[in-house]
Amino acid sequence: MKFTEEHEWLRVEDDVVVVGITEHAAEQLGDIVFIELPEVGIQVVKDDEVVVIESVKAASDILAPIDGEITEVNEILTDEPSKVNDDAAGDGWMFKIKASDPSQMDDYMDEAAYKKFVG
Amino acid sequence: MSDLRVTPLNALHKELGAKMVPFAGYEMPVQYPLGVMKEHLHCRAEAGLFDVSHMGQVIIRASGGYEAAAAAFEALAPVNAQGLAEGRQRYAMFTNAAGGIEDDLMIANRGDHMFVVVNAACKDADIARMKAGLPDCEVTEVTDRGLLALQGPKAESALAGLVPGVADMKFMDIAVLPSDWGELWLSRSGYTGEDGFEISVPAAQTEALTRALLALDTVAPIGLGARDSLRLESGLCLYGHDIDSGTTPVEAGLNWAIQKVRRTGGTRAGGFPGADTILAQLEDGPARRRIGLLPEGRAPMREGVELYASAEGGDSIGHVTSGAFGPTLGGPMSMGYVTVGFAEDGMTIYGEVRGKRLPATITAMPFVPANVKR
Repeated sequence: MKFTEEHEWLRVEDDVVVVGITEHAAEQLGDIVFIELPEVGIQVVKDDEVVVIESVKAASDILAPIDGEITEVNEILTDEPSKVNDDAAGDGWMFKIKASDPSQMDDYMDEAAYKKFVG
Repeated sequence: MSDLRVTPLNALHKELGAKMVPFAGYEMPVQYPLGVMKEHLHCRAEAGLFDVSHMGQVIIRASGGYEAAAAAFEALAPVNAQGLAEGRQRYAMFTNAAGGIEDDLMIANRGDHMFVVVNAACKDADIARMKAGLPDCEVTEVTDRGLLALQGPKAESALAGLVPGVADMKFMDIAVLPSDWGELWLSRSGYTGEDGFEISVPAAQTEALTRALLALDTVAPIGLGARDSLRLESGLCLYGHDIDSGTTPVEAGLNWAIQKVRRTGGTRAGGFPGADTILAQLEDGPARRRIGLLPEGRAPMREGVELYASAEGGDSIGHVTSGAFGPTLGGPMSMGYVTVGFAEDGMTIYGEVRGKRLPATITAMPFVPANVKR
């Protein structure tokens, strides 16, 4: 598992990368009430805004952590966005992306480094 | 946050694990570990306890008693203060020369004087306005008392166990009752749409009374986050957002707060700041009106979202002044202003969110029915 400074986690599953936000991020956002997911099949570039999250506090954007094609999104979140609060690193995953340049993941933190990052 | 003022409950909020934020110059709890959503639902199902000690408590005395204070007060606000019975309170607004709202507040008849509760962010200006505008009255800010709000269907049973006598109060009644925590100044009112009380308690006893209430199974502490979603579901205005110095009471749909005696044809018509504008709008209707909006789907339309009559093109017809997800409603809700003509209940209009125009239906408020003890 890799982590970004934007508080996303990335997990390699076969030939795709599963992306979600960390428990720390979910806790900071508060109760999540709305999630807008990207369309399956679109090509994204690192730092594209791909997901919109609205919590009871505010709206925030989730950026694509790497270049690639969105192959699947977690449709359940459309009706049950609170799954992200309940299980950010599991059932609360957001989208899967087929990486066009897997080496982009090399720069991201491992779990120990992320824990240190959030202090 | 050392430059912020604190309430008598500051240490207790931190002990309870609250997330503290700056609000109206005070360090206040925005949420406790329960979280905004669950705090909101708890208040609607049981009883929620809010620290509102940052609000201004003011006593107005005149040598002629309540009647004289009320008569003087009517020069500052389009309200029938003189007709308010002893032991009762009423909603009022300070207005300006243009008819805009300078603050909204509660006034109470306490027999020989008037008691007023004003918004925290406006209290210094309000006190200055009353001192200047009521030269024959003694205007005193009460600085040695905390203020709590206990709201929800279990509020009465929770408080009655500690302070016998509160069960006899009806909505908008006030009372002064002795208690183990000193003399309490109570009103049966609040800002959630639920039954409940606001309780003014000596500052030194505020924490002890709060602990006694929180010891009850039905009572949980509620932060500013849930306070906002509760009042929005109830269609209640937040000063500085849904009403302000550029908004008139008529535009805001607060006509009910201006009693007949202060309107054209009444025995004490006019005589308050902005009377010409406000009385004309009462007769002819305003050019824009405060509305409730139910967005389709789950995306909230928050403060500042521009509103349009159609899905494409055209000029803005207004904007959102408050918007959030309603935990009890189970969906997003907004309040805003639109040009009259586009403001009919049931109409579909469009809010522009992240560049996309999303449909929303104009809806009568409250979004969630009130549950007060009449």
